[in-house]
Amino acid sequence: MSVNRDQRVDLEVVANLIPPQSRVLDVGSGDGSLLELLQDTKQVDGRGLELSQRGVNECVARGLSVIQGDADKDLEFYPDKGFDFVVLSQTLQATRNPKLVLDELLRIGNRAIVSFPNFGHWRVRLSLFIQGRMPVTKDLPYSWYDTPNIHFCTIRDFVNLCDELGATVEKATALDANGQKIGLSMPWWFWNFFGQQAVFLLKR
Amino acid sequence: MAVLRARKTNNEADQPSSPVLRFGSDKPLKLDAGTLLSPFQIAYQTYGTLNDARSNAILVCHALTGDQHVASTNPVTGKPGWWEVLIGPGKIIDTNRFFVICSNVIGGCLGSTGPASTNPATGKPYGLDLPIITIRDMVRAQQMLIDHFGIEKLFCVLGGSMGGMQVLEWASSYPERVFSALPIATGARHSSQNIAFHEVGRQAVMADPDWHGGKYFEQGKRPEKGLAVARMAAHITYLSEAALHRKFGRNLQDREALTFGFDADFQIESYLRHQGMTFVDRFDANSYLYMTRAMDYFDLAADHGGRLADAFAGTKTRFCLVSFTSDWLFPTEESRSIVHALNAAGASVSFVEIETDRGHDAFLLDEPELFAAINGFIGSAARARGLSA
Repeated sequence: MSVNRDQRVDLEVVANLIPPQSRVLDVGSGDGSLLELLQDTKQVDGRGLELSQRGVNECVARGLSVIQGDADKDLEFYPDKGFDFVVLSQTLQATRNPKLVLDELLRIGNRAIVSFPNFGHWRVRLSLFIQGRMPVTKDLPYSWYDTPNIHFCTIRDFVNLCDELGATVEKATALDANGQKIGLSMPWWFWNFFGQQAVFLLKR
Repeated sequence: MAVLRARKTNNEADQPSSPVLRFGSDKPLKLDAGTLLSPFQIAYQTYGTLNDARSNAILVCHALTGDQHVASTNPVTGKPGWWEVLIGPGKIIDTNRFFVICSNVIGGCLGSTGPASTNPATGKPYGLDLPIITIRDMVRAQQMLIDHFGIEKLFCVLGGSMGGMQVLEWASSYPERVFSALPIATGARHSSQNIAFHEVGRQAVMADPDWHGGKYFEQGKRPEKGLAVARMAAHITYLSEAALHRKFGRNLQDREALTFGFDADFQIESYLRHQGMTFVDRFDANSYLYMTRAMDYFDLAADHGGRLADAFAGTKTRFCLVSFTSDWLFPTEESRSIVHALNAAGASVSFVEIETDRGHDAFLLDEPELFAAINGFIGSAARARGLSA
């Protein structure tokens, strides 16, 4: 788990994008919160892939179908379009090769749902601009030297990557510091400035 | 004394103290070796009650030197069942809730037809006249036992090591009859190193002059020394370097100083000798040859054109695999390659690697994380199967 768990307001946003009885692969399933939420509220056929052994053991003990594995290495073993949805929730920034991982998500799932912390948020910009220091916030509580988050991006960066991979953004949501959705009518620059987290629904 | 013990094991082979299912000439067992085994028998134990829907049956598959006495006192050793830490009333696998079946594998020596059983054609023990038995043969026989109970679909098949191989074979050969599968500390094939260790064991047995080309019962003898050495070598592979060091270090056995001789100066030597000696009291040497051969021959991918995923194509079975960090007989990578194959087949699979220094044998021990994983997996599978708590 790469971000503060109390702040996982994105989970509900993700869950709302998934219709009942879907086949879902949760990449970076952590302690299984999202999978459990989806199973309880949407009766999905859910599977998980999680890097930390402790997370996996917790999930399996809770009766979830989760395997230990690495998003960077183990996605290649999944068949094309084997799932309705592949979710990558707050994990993209912790992967070694985000572009390859995103490409794999779009291959494995009919749709991919990606949520990530926005490095373009004004607090992050302010920290760098005024203090000249790498930001440490509620959402991103790590110092630069011990963070598992090695590939931060902004909402704008992510949209560019989607273009590069030929993915269509079917839906996008930005959440502000209070976990409130930012109005749909707002332009990208506004989202990129005030969105603390972003959730994208992608298709290719 | 040796002859007395030999008789006892031999009796257990033909007339076991557990229930036996006998198949006559009308129901031969088709063997991978290309022949039919007939007549033959399966010795088994059951615990708990089969429900009206026949949907609560769990088949436990035993390991190399295991037997059907999984959760009740072993008639040969007088010791508790080999998996009583896990299985029994109120245990993780609760026999108040589930109907647990465990049978001695074909080729074994506790009542299912094996090399110690009497060959009806000669009136003497089969010895090496028994065809080579494979993991698939064992499973084929178990399937006939399950038919006998009128069980269409097993709720779960589980086992560790060679038992895990049988679980994988079950899931591959009879996917529609396996609702959930729990292979522990196992592999989809036996590695070169594992075959090597088995060969050492077999050569030790065959080098014992009391082996007599496998016809030792007829001589009133048993190759106890050879079998003990085989067990000693194998036992090392069931543990780990760290666990051996933790338990024994370089501690001396009942002495203050080295004796400058070949007595068991070290505790580890004494321990291994004890393991070897107690093993020959309960196990038949020829059966040991057959069991090790069955594991060596196992290669599930090879049976499916070299692609392991094809062994599980279209499966609806729910899988949970477990490995142990210090298991060097079936390292985690073996389980992981099965997981990858199951992923490729689109199967529902969980996979837990458990941190322990207790080596391969950890699956038989009180490992809380193992039990938590089994509990979670069985619990969710039971909900999916509509079995009440």
